[in-house]
Amino acid sequence: MSLAFAQQIIDGMAALTLLISFSLLAQHRMLSVLHWFAAQGWLLAATAALVAYSTGESELYISAIMTFLLKGLLLPWMLWRVIRKLHVHREVESLMNSGMTVIIAVAVTLFSFHVIQPIEATSELMTRNSMAIATACVLLSMLMMITRKKAITQVIGFLAVENSLFFAAIGATNGMPLVVEIGIAFDVLIAALIFGLFFFQIRNTFDSMEIDAMQASLIHKDDDE
Amino acid sequence: MNFFIATLITPLLGGFLLGIIRTPKLAAKLNIFTSSLTFLFSIFLSFEVLGKDSLDALNGWFHLDAYNVFLVALTAFVGMTTTIFSKPYMQHELEIGRVNERRMRLYHSMYQLFQFGMLLGFTTNNIGVLWVSLELATLATVLLVSLYRTPASIAAAWKYFILCGMGIALALFGTILVFFTSSTILGHGNEALTWSLLYAQAGQLDPAVMSIAFCFLMVGYGTKVGLVPMHAWLPDAHGEGPTPVSAVLSGLLLNLALYALVRFKMLVDGSTHTHMAGHIMMGFGMVSLLVAAMSLHKQRDIKRMFSFSSIEHMALMTFAFGIGTQLAAFAALLHMTVHSLVKSGIFFTVGHAAQVMGTQKMAEIRGLIVHHPGIGWGLLIGTAAIAGFPPFGVFMSEFLLFTATLESYPWLAVPLLLGLLIAMGGLFRFVQPMVYGETAEHAKHVQVNMMPVYIHFGLALILGLSIPLFLSQWYHQAAALIVGGSI
Repeated sequence: MSLAFAQQIIDGMAALTLLISFSLLAQHRMLSVLHWFAAQGWLLAATAALVAYSTGESELYISAIMTFLLKGLLLPWMLWRVIRKLHVHREVESLMNSGMTVIIAVAVTLFSFHVIQPIEATSELMTRNSMAIATACVLLSMLMMITRKKAITQVIGFLAVENSLFFAAIGATNGMPLVVEIGIAFDVLIAALIFGLFFFQIRNTFDSMEIDAMQASLIHKDDDE
Repeated sequence: MNFFIATLITPLLGGFLLGIIRTPKLAAKLNIFTSSLTFLFSIFLSFEVLGKDSLDALNGWFHLDAYNVFLVALTAFVGMTTTIFSKPYMQHELEIGRVNERRMRLYHSMYQLFQFGMLLGFTTNNIGVLWVSLELATLATVLLVSLYRTPASIAAAWKYFILCGMGIALALFGTILVFFTSSTILGHGNEALTWSLLYAQAGQLDPAVMSIAFCFLMVGYGTKVGLVPMHAWLPDAHGEGPTPVSAVLSGLLLNLALYALVRFKMLVDGSTHTHMAGHIMMGFGMVSLLVAAMSLHKQRDIKRMFSFSSIEHMALMTFAFGIGTQLAAFAALLHMTVHSLVKSGIFFTVGHAAQVMGTQKMAEIRGLIVHHPGIGWGLLIGTAAIAGFPPFGVFMSEFLLFTATLESYPWLAVPLLLGLLIAMGGLFRFVQPMVYGETAEHAKHVQVNMMPVYIHFGLALILGLSIPLFLSQWYHQAAALIVGGSI
């Protein structure tokens, strides 16, 4: 495979990642959100493997396998089980003004290109074009966390941020050193386990998975009782 | 070097061991023992490093210099006294049924893992590992904040988790950007993430990339420092968690985040040769100071009130590091020490006060000095110390900071003084009726241990009267490192 061809495929994958970030933002059904999240994990693993193949970085193969197992299989499976157990898999989430959200999302994407493109020029990596897209994905996933009102979709937003960061690391630098990658993956795994624990505690305490219900118990603290 | 390994490994082993011990009384004793051992090792380590300027351990994976070894000793010390405080405190919480034995096991285990995360973060030479360890310390404390399983504590822990998760993700992005430019110089490997090597090459790092990276790092680690407007998690986490956790969050975890930020500032300064990073830090510091000082007046919960005071003091340190002169850095380091000591001492006192009165609402805490003179005096002295009254150490460091501000940015001395005065007014407005006030009838008798409180305040007093020579040399050395921007 020639380098130019590999670069084109990587650029294509970057575009797909951006597309997935947009779909995550716009999905209403709980299960669809989860499907898109899993797809993002697979796409990441594929990108990492492709970059590993075309640059010959063997450490990146390990990263790719780790990503596939953790973000492509384990995390979606864990989330799916939690959703089934909590009986929310058919739930539909009302989004805050979705037209407005998409406009903000487009603005965020343009902003990322504006900030990152000047520094992209300083890089000689074949993956450099994807840096601005990765930045946009990070910010879009954060936007998703802001606009969602349910605990589970918020967590998927959080994990999507982690995915985008991994994508940024591949795009900007051909991946962080393995020790750091493993450390980050370990933290994400622990975080996911704690999230899982929290879901059930929230459910038992508040009888709902809405963030607003939780916030009320804190805001109440500030008022006169 | 052996002392270093011992310092790091003790809390890790302790954490695993405490995870399997079922009797809370034994676990509490073992918790004290582990932390004391860690502190002992850290003292030996400090003298070893002090003797020879800097120390690389385990093939350069860890780097100790005057700046971080002093924070290691401070962390180990406050970690130790907190365990001494937590023994009777958590015993009482167990008796009144706020926690059960299983959660006590979780508490002790996570406490030690938190210590491990802190020490790893301070000593590591790798900016990636620093990020991982800060996340580890955060995850351990998330479980501690929700320990009581009340609706408010779960909501607070969730907020803490999500907000700090977001913040720390931005910090990782900043780290990736640093790696993006450093890997072109130091090669695609761990070398490009190593502090000591990065400082040597700081001049060659791309200034444009480093400026963008610093913005992300500032917001990311700034969230963990508790700077406005990313501070929303802090009062909730401090207010709803068990008091020993509030003490270590305030006294220690915030320090680690600030430490990371200052290390990156040194790197960015070396690359851009401008005051950009310093000015951003000063801006965040000043705004946080004023907002925290004013928010303090609106509080009703005693722990939330003192957590706003923590934001105020972290803001002062951020501001001081931002000024970036030798004197300001010295003041910031001294302030870091005395704030950790005094604030954790205050949280110990507040914890006992809340147990005696059976509530954290300030309106219902009255007449402490009659019911329990020890607690009453403790709260009064602690508040005087943290508000910056002489002869305590906080006065000393704030005075130095004020002088440094007058030297470099005279017009900023006005809002600085204003912020300090507003905060002081807020503290005394609430503390005075709690200490004197009419006596409350619902007070209970609780077994308390005021020893750690007196030790902390005593040390703050000594630092205010005369800083021991070896310590001031230490601060000077560390301040020179920070200002000079080289390891």
